[in-house]
Amino acid sequence: MFGFGILSCIVFLPLAGAGFILALRGNDEATLENARRAALGTTLIVFLLSLYAYARFDPSSSAFQFVEEKGWFGHGLVYKMGVDGISFPFVLLTTFLMPICILASWQSIQNRVKEYMIVFLVLETLMIGVFCALDLLLFYLFFEGGLIPMFLIIGIWGHTRRVYASFKFFLYTLAGSLLMLLAIMAMYGVAGTTDIAVLLHTHFPSSMQKWLWLAFFASLAVKTPMWPVHTWLPDAHVEAPTAGSVILAGVLLKFGGYGFIRFSLPMFPEASAYFAPLVFALSVIAIIYTSLVALVQEDMKKLIAYTSVAHMGLVTMGIFSVTPQGVQGAVFQMVSHGLVSAALFLCVGVLYDRLHTHEIAAYGGLVARMPIYAAVFMIFTLANLGLPGTSGFIGEFLTLLGTFRINSWVALLATTGVIWSVAYALYLYRRIIFGVLDKPNLAPILDFSWREATLFAPLVALTIFFGVYPTPVLEASAAAISALIKGYDTALGETKTAALFRLKAE
Amino acid sequence: MYAAIVFLPLLGFLLAGPFGWRIGPRPSEIVTTSLLCVSALLSFIVFFQVALGTAPASVSVIGNWFTSGALRVDWSLRIDTLTAVMLVVVTMVSSLVHLYSIGYMQDDPSRPRFFAYLSLFTFAMLMLVTADNLVQMFFGWEGVGLASYLLIGFWYEKPSANAAAIKAFVVNRVGDFGFALGIFLVFTLTNSVGFDQIFAAAPGLANKAVHVFGLDMDAMTITCLLLFMGAMGKSAQFLLHTWLPDAMEGPTPVSALIHAATMVTAGVFMVARLSPLFEQAPAALSFVTIIGATTAFFAATIGLVQNDIKRVIAYSTCSQLGYMFVGLGVGGYSLGIFHLFTHAFFKALLFLCAGSVITAMHHEQDMRNMGGLWRKIPFTFAMMTIGTLALTGVPFTAGYYSKDAIIEAAFASDRAGAFYGYVLTAAAAGLTAFYSWRLVFLTFFGAPRWEAAGQGAGHDHAAHGHEGHALDPHESPLTMLIPLGVLALGALFAGIVFSHDFIGEGGAEFWKGALYLGPDNHLLEAREDIPAFARQLPTLMMAFGSLVAILFYVLAPSIPQRLAQIARPLYEFLLNKWYFDELYDLIFVRPAVWLGRQFWKGGDGAIIDRLGPDGVAARVVDVTGRVVKLQSGYIYHYAFAMLVGLAAVTTWYVASGVR
Repeated sequence: MFGFGILSCIVFLPLAGAGFILALRGNDEATLENARRAALGTTLIVFLLSLYAYARFDPSSSAFQFVEEKGWFGHGLVYKMGVDGISFPFVLLTTFLMPICILASWQSIQNRVKEYMIVFLVLETLMIGVFCALDLLLFYLFFEGGLIPMFLIIGIWGHTRRVYASFKFFLYTLAGSLLMLLAIMAMYGVAGTTDIAVLLHTHFPSSMQKWLWLAFFASLAVKTPMWPVHTWLPDAHVEAPTAGSVILAGVLLKFGGYGFIRFSLPMFPEASAYFAPLVFALSVIAIIYTSLVALVQEDMKKLIAYTSVAHMGLVTMGIFSVTPQGVQGAVFQMVSHGLVSAALFLCVGVLYDRLHTHEIAAYGGLVARMPIYAAVFMIFTLANLGLPGTSGFIGEFLTLLGTFRINSWVALLATTGVIWSVAYALYLYRRIIFGVLDKPNLAPILDFSWREATLFAPLVALTIFFGVYPTPVLEASAAAISALIKGYDTALGETKTAALFRLKAE
Repeated sequence: MYAAIVFLPLLGFLLAGPFGWRIGPRPSEIVTTSLLCVSALLSFIVFFQVALGTAPASVSVIGNWFTSGALRVDWSLRIDTLTAVMLVVVTMVSSLVHLYSIGYMQDDPSRPRFFAYLSLFTFAMLMLVTADNLVQMFFGWEGVGLASYLLIGFWYEKPSANAAAIKAFVVNRVGDFGFALGIFLVFTLTNSVGFDQIFAAAPGLANKAVHVFGLDMDAMTITCLLLFMGAMGKSAQFLLHTWLPDAMEGPTPVSALIHAATMVTAGVFMVARLSPLFEQAPAALSFVTIIGATTAFFAATIGLVQNDIKRVIAYSTCSQLGYMFVGLGVGGYSLGIFHLFTHAFFKALLFLCAGSVITAMHHEQDMRNMGGLWRKIPFTFAMMTIGTLALTGVPFTAGYYSKDAIIEAAFASDRAGAFYGYVLTAAAAGLTAFYSWRLVFLTFFGAPRWEAAGQGAGHDHAAHGHEGHALDPHESPLTMLIPLGVLALGALFAGIVFSHDFIGEGGAEFWKGALYLGPDNHLLEAREDIPAFARQLPTLMMAFGSLVAILFYVLAPSIPQRLAQIARPLYEFLLNKWYFDELYDLIFVRPAVWLGRQFWKGGDGAIIDRLGPDGVAARVVDVTGRVVKLQSGYIYHYAFAMLVGLAAVTTWYVASGVR
C-alpha cells in the first residue's frame, strides 16, 4: 500500500498529521478547531488502517507478519518492522485509545492546542513504533523517543507540581534506559546484528545473559513499573492532563511487560529462570503493598495509579511463570488494563473538568445528579476489581492460574489481591458516588455531555465484550506465545513444571 | 427452554436497568416480574421432567468463554436433578419476591433500579446453579455477590447501608480467595475445570499427596478445604458470617430472596455439586460438619437476644445454613439440599412477613416497639405463625422433615465430628424454638408498645415519605399477601410431599446420580436404625424451647429482664454478637489501614523517594555546581575535552571490532 508496508503507514501517518497541523497558521478559534479535527481524523484513519491490518492478520501463525525491511545506514542498522500475536494487540490498543484521547482533550485543553495535538500525534508514532520495531536499535529509538513527548505533555499541560513530576518521570525512565542501551551494544557485539528475529535465536553465554537480563530489567521494570521503582507513576498521573494519564496508563505502562515477553524470556531464558524468584517477590510485594497504599489515598488519580502498579504486578508475575495461561493472561491483563484504567482516568477527568480537583473528599453523592456517570463508573470499578464478566477478570484469573502450578506460595499471596481490590475500589466509589449530595458546589453538576458519552461507549462495550468473549485477544496471541514457551523450555532443556510441581503416591 | 429460564431474567435486567428511567417504574415492574414468572413456570416444567420424570440429565454448551493452553472454559447449562431443584427454588422465590416488591417498594422513587437489580441477581444465581465448570460457577458466584452488594446498598444515602454493602462484598471476597485457589489447584491436579472431567479424576486422586504451599498435603483434602472456604463466605458460616446480619440494611424483599432463600445457600449447593470431590476427602467433610455445627449453635445463641426483627431472622438463617452443612458434612448431601429446599419456603415466608410487619409499623424494626399486632394484621400473623411452626420443626411441617433428618443423620454417622454435630444441632433446635416464638410473642402479643413509643417512632419516616401519618398498623396490599400465602403452603407441605423423593426410598430414582455417594456411604440407611430417644430428641428440644418462650414472654414477662440483669456479661456478650465485629476491626481493618499509611508515607515517601529520585536530584544539583566551574569559556579547553572523548569512543569501537 502506497509503495510501502501497512505497518509503516500506521506508524508514520500520525507524523504526517502532525506535519499538517504544524502547517496551520493563525491562532483563532477556527484554526484550533481545524487542528483538533485534523488530529481526530488522523487518529481515526490510523485506527481503521490497523483494523484493516487485523483483518489480514493470521492468528494461527507464530511468525512475524507484515514484515518490511530496508537498509538504513550501513549494514547492521536496518529499518525492520513486523508484528506477531504478542505485539499486535498492543498496536490495536494504541490506535484505539488515541482518538479517545483527542476527543477527551477537545475542551479541557485550551492553551497551545496545536502544539498539544502535534505532540500527541508524534507520541502515537513512537508508541506504535515500539510494538512494530523488529530491530533492537530501532526499538530503542522509539522506546526512548516516547519519553520526550510524554515529558512535554506532563511538563507543559500538567497541573501545579508538573515540573517536579515530569523530571521525576524523566529521571527514573532515563536511568533505566541507559543500561539497556549498553546491553544492546553488547548484544550487537556478540551477534553482529540488532535484528530481533535473529537475536531471538541467538544463544548468549549464561553469565552474559544475567548481565544483559539485568540491564534490560533496569529499564523495563521502571516502565512497568515494578516495586520499588514505581514512585514516579503516582506523581506523573496526578500532574498529567487527563489524556496524558490515559496514554500513560493505557499504553506506556505496557512497554515494560511487552519488553519482558519480547526480549527477556526468549533471548535470555536461563537468566529469566534464574531471576524469576526475584520478579515473583517484587510482583507480590507490588500487589500487596500498593493495594494497601491505594486504600488510604486521598487523591483519586493517585489511588488509580497505585492500583495500576498492583495490576502490573500480576502481569510481571504471569510472564515469569512462563506457562501458557500465565503469559497469555499477562498479555490479556495488559490489554484489559489499557482499557479499564484508561476509562477510570477518563472518569476522573470528567469530574476534574467540572470541579478542577482530584481530591476525593471534594465529592460525594454524585449519583443523585449524575446517574449515567455513576453507572459507567461502576462498570469500570467492577472491571478494576476483576469481577467475572468484565475484562478485568480474565487476565487476573489466567495469570494467577498459570503461576499457581509454578509456585503456589506466590499465587497464594498474589490472590489476596482479590480482597484488597474490592476494598479500595468500592471504598473509592462509595466516597465519590454514594452518600448524600450536600456540598453546595456539587449541586449544579451535570451528567455526561454527548461528547463524553461517545468517549465512554466503546470502552464500556469492549470491557464487557472481552469479559464475556475474550477469544479475539487470546486467540491472536496463542500461537506466538506457545512458540515462545516451547523455545524457552528447549533452551532450559528440562521439563520445569514437572520439577516444581509434583504429585506423589503415599 | 433451559436457556430461556436463565436468560429471561437477564432480559428483564437489560430492559429495566438501562431503560427503566425511560419506560417508567410500573412497566419496569411488570416486565421484570412477568419475565420471572415465565422463567419460574419453565423451571417447574423442568423439575417435573428431569427430577420427577425420566428426562435425562443434559449439558448444553452455549459457547466458548475462554481457552488458554490446556484450559478450556465454556458457557454451558448443566441440567440434572440438583440443578432442577435449585431452578425451582430460585425462580419461584424470586418471582414471588418480585411480586411482593411491587407492594413493598411502592413509595420508592428508584423502583426500576430495584427491579433491575433483583433480575440481575436472579440471572447470576441461575448461571451459578446451571454451571458445568468451576469457572462459570465462579462467575455466578461473584455475580450474585455483586447483586447482593448493590441491593444491600440500595438506599445509598444511608452510610450504614453503604458500609454494610462493602463489608458484604469484602467478606465474600475473602471466601472467594479460597475458592479461586481451589480452582487453581483443581486445574493443576486434573488439567481441567469441567465437572465431568474433574469428577472422573477425583477417585484417582484419593489419598494422593500434593506438594503445595511448601507442604505435602492430601490432594483432595486441601482442594476441598480451599473450595469450602468460598462456601463459608457465601453462606455466612462461622468466622466469615459477620456480613450477613449487616446485610439486613437492604430492603426486606432482598433479605428474603438473597439472604435467606437463595444466595446464601450457594455454598450448600456448591458442596453438594462437588460431592464427588468431597466424598474423597473425609477430613474436609469433618471440617464442614464442625463449622456447620458451630455456626448452627453460635448464631442461635445470638438470635436469642437481638431486638431487631430482621436481625433475629438473619441469625436464624445463619444457624439453619449451619444445619445444612452438618447434613453435607456427615455425608448426607441430599439431606442438606432437602433442608435448603424447605428452608427456602419458610425462611422467605418469615422475612416477607417481617417486611409486612415493618410496612405496617411504618418502617419500625425494633420489636421492643411492637406488640399486640395480631389484631391489626391478622393475615400476616397467621402466616408468620406458619413460618415459625415450620422453622421450629413442629411435626408434619416442612422443618420437621428436613431439620430433624439432619440431626438424626448426625447421630447415625460414624464420621469424625458427627457427634459434635449432633450435640450442637440438637441444642440449637431448642434455641431455635425459643427465639422464633420470642419473635412472634414480642411482635404480635402483649400490650401494644407502639402507642407508648409515640407516633413517628420509625427512624426512616422522613426518608420514605411517611410524615404526618398517625401510626396505625394496617394490613399490607394484596401483591404482598399473595406471596405469603404461596410460601405458607410450601412451608406446611413441602416436607411431607417431597421427603420420600429427596431423602427417602425414592432418593436414587429422584437424584439419578446427581449427588455422588461413595461405596461406603450408607448414611441414609443408618439413619433409619437409630434409637428412639435420638429420634425424639429434636422434637423434645423444640417443645422445651417453645415452652420456655411461652413462660418468658407470655406468662411471666419480667423473667427475661431479670435474667439479663443477673447474667449481665453473658447477655452483653450475646447482644454484641460475640464481639466479632470489634475483633475483626482490631486485627484486620485497622492494621490494613495503618500499613497502607506506613507504606505510603514511610515506604514510598521517606525511603524510596528520598534515596531515589529526590536524592539523585539533590546530588545532581551538587555536581552541576561543580561542573559550572569547569566551564572556563576557552575554546581550546572544549576542543581538548572533545578530543579525549573521541579517542575514547574510537578505542572502544576498534577494540570491540577486533574481537
